[in-house]
Amino acid sequence: MSTPIVVDGISKRFGTFEAVRDVTFTAPAGAITALLGPSGSGKSTVLRMIAGLEEPNGGTIFMGDEELTVKSVQERQVGFVFQHYALFRHMSVADNVAFGLRVRKESKQTRDQRVGELLDLVQLTPFAERYPDQLSGGQRQRVALARALAPQPQVLLLDEPFGALDAKVRQDLRRWLDELHRELGVTSLLVTHDQEEALELANQIVVMHEGKVEQVGSPGEIYDEPATPFVAGFVGAANVLHGEVVDGHVHLGSIRIPGAAHLDEGAAAAAFVRPHDVVVNGNGGGTDAVIERVSSLGWLSRVALRLPGGETLVAHIPNDDLHGATEGSTVRVDLRNPKAFMAPERDGSTLAS
Amino acid sequence: MSVAVSTQVAKARRGRRGLIALTLGWVALLLLLPLVAIVWTVAKAGLSSVTHTLTQPDVLHAFQLTAIVTVITVLVTGVFGVIVAWVLVRQRFHGRSLLNAIVDIPFALSPVTVGLAAVVLFGPGGWFAPFFQARGIQVIYALPAMILVTIFICIPFTIREIVPVLEEIGLDEEDASRTLGASVWHTFFKVTLPNIRWALAYGIALTTARAIGEIGAVLIVSGLIQGKTETATLFIFRAYEERQTAEAYVVALVLAGVSVGLLIVIESLRHRQEKERTRT
Amino acid sequence: MAVPGAWAAIRLTLITATIVAALNAVMGTALAWVIVRYRFPGRRVLSTVVDLPLAIPTLVWGVMILVLYGPNSFLGRTADTVGITVLFTPLAIVLALCTVTLPFVIRNVQPVLLELDDAEEEAAATLGATRRVTFRRVVFPAIRSAVMAGTLLTFSRCLGEIGSVILVSGNRTGHTLTAPVFIFSLTSQFRFAEAAAVATFLFAISFVLVLATGRLVKQREASE
Repeated sequence: MSTPIVVDGISKRFGTFEAVRDVTFTAPAGAITALLGPSGSGKSTVLRMIAGLEEPNGGTIFMGDEELTVKSVQERQVGFVFQHYALFRHMSVADNVAFGLRVRKESKQTRDQRVGELLDLVQLTPFAERYPDQLSGGQRQRVALARALAPQPQVLLLDEPFGALDAKVRQDLRRWLDELHRELGVTSLLVTHDQEEALELANQIVVMHEGKVEQVGSPGEIYDEPATPFVAGFVGAANVLHGEVVDGHVHLGSIRIPGAAHLDEGAAAAAFVRPHDVVVNGNGGGTDAVIERVSSLGWLSRVALRLPGGETLVAHIPNDDLHGATEGSTVRVDLRNPKAFMAPERDGSTLAS
Repeated sequence: MSVAVSTQVAKARRGRRGLIALTLGWVALLLLLPLVAIVWTVAKAGLSSVTHTLTQPDVLHAFQLTAIVTVITVLVTGVFGVIVAWVLVRQRFHGRSLLNAIVDIPFALSPVTVGLAAVVLFGPGGWFAPFFQARGIQVIYALPAMILVTIFICIPFTIREIVPVLEEIGLDEEDASRTLGASVWHTFFKVTLPNIRWALAYGIALTTARAIGEIGAVLIVSGLIQGKTETATLFIFRAYEERQTAEAYVVALVLAGVSVGLLIVIESLRHRQEKERTRT
Repeated sequence: MAVPGAWAAIRLTLITATIVAALNAVMGTALAWVIVRYRFPGRRVLSTVVDLPLAIPTLVWGVMILVLYGPNSFLGRTADTVGITVLFTPLAIVLALCTVTLPFVIRNVQPVLLELDDAEEEAAATLGATRRVTFRRVVFPAIRSAVMAGTLLTFSRCLGEIGSVILVSGNRTGHTLTAPVFIFSLTSQFRFAEAAAVATFLFAISFVLVLATGRLVKQREASE
């Protein structure tokens, strides 16, 4: 019923700009795979190549046993959902959803039945005769989804589907897409720059940066075991501390950060620590840090800290643990779960996000 | 209005009213008075003059010829215009900006120059003359030349209306259509064309008005053969030169009336186009 | 150019085109302003009427002007008593050209005016600027290239206009014979080579103008 997508060594150049470089990964059958990365990382281009809207300069794409790269867009039977909906503005909701069926010359009976099913699925049955400009953004995207699903594609491709929507609508639709996927089980590829979205929805994440794949793994692996400095910095905003490797630790000033055993002695290293891994230490260990600024985020606070060596950290500390400490006062903190890597090029920032 | 206002505000108000009066006066003098004059003159000549003119075979033939030239021009420039506009916006190719510039050439040329060029190309001794002579087709001083020059002159209208709309709408809907399995043709007819229909209609209306009113180029290429190669405008010209002023005025009034009707159509089309644009 | 009468015709064409372009620049901008900024009864009608020259054939305009200022008409006779002859003089040419080019500047300026944000003008007013100063300092710079483009279009059109001019000007060589009409008379005498020479010269001028307009449009788009 659903098939895996195998992308092997594809690349794409626009003029002199290399948008995608030798990208390889497999999107497992029936799962949601997220292509996660910042703008310009090439993730949308990869998606469009899978759909056939762009032609790769090299490499192959397979859907199960069929090679997609030799087929035209029309032949590939992929469902595509665009960031800005791309609904046919002159057709009603029902006609939009029926479009793919009409193209396949399905009978009116089949069409009407399927349209009814889908509108029911996306909970927009009363809107069948409305036109796109009469719908809200969230409703339009649901129609776009219904339209893409109508011809029963083997793969569903979503290009930043919630990017144009309000935060609340985005969250609602995210949850709703999750349920929908559980019900339908279609192999899905989701392009997003929102890591929260990727971590929440995906069964597998492909992290991309500057046209290349940085890491492929489950959300847990990506978050807890980043394979490269970029992934460590991009997923879950992290603090970066630069120091030297001594005896399996990253040394900076008087601070010793463990977890560098795999790195060369004496090498320049970068240690990544997540804001919620900077915890107040009540047992006498850890380092002193001066509070520079406290902003309450509800039940926790975002605290900007300065270490003895002048480096700044951002910590997410539960308000209870702060015990009313204010700007200027000193707290003792521990840095938990650090990830150390060979130092990437310094870009002057200590907080990668 | 008994509210006291400062002299500056009062002056501004007077200035505004003055400007409105000035502009209205300008428009009245240049546009409205002439219309009033022709209606008055024909009305004075009486209904019999009108019916007499409109039943003359030469006059009827002239209207017929105008209709033929206009319909063919609209069809050719409509189809051709949509295709060229689509190619200009959707395809990348070397020479695209050249094509863009070429499309605007008819606007830069005087119709007289167009007519002259046609005579040079298709007339006796011209580049294409042997080709047509061999097939026994008369181009210059006959209907084909008149249609050709009118088409040439009207090329830019539909293209210039459709191009900005195509650019504004963007590619997404067409991409979506292809991912749903629609062929290029199906996408064009079912998705692209409906999106440009008002721009196309507006371009067609402008083309129609221009084709009906064409005089400069056809004056040169038609040979002014009474009853054979006279469009309505050419009839007016010849009739006036031969002092048949009454007939000339009647035909002129008919054309004016048709054009005003066309203008009303154009304006309502533009209104619909604006409304649709602000809706989406 | 050795064609007799050509220089006179070209000179007349250039002069009338310049006058009409200047008039149109001013009145066209004024009309665009009035239509966009003011509210008064008949505004919508005015907006439609202004497009009449695009719909009604140029030759028909010529005929209507003949009728309006002819010896048998009210205006014709009045003008005579004041000593002004309209028909068959350069004045008639200017009149006809103004009529058929009336919409050009308006249609270029109108969309730009519509897009302008009121806020800048309001700020100027709060700083003490009168309407005139505000127009000169705040509004005009914004619409300047649109006005220029429309004016160039008008000028270019005047260079080639024949339909409205041919009947009303009288076509007296050296006095009221414009270049396009001259070219026509040459072709009807089968003097094609001479006609081509004059036409080429005219085209060269138009071509330069089209380039200039194109550059202006690009300049405007770049600064937005």
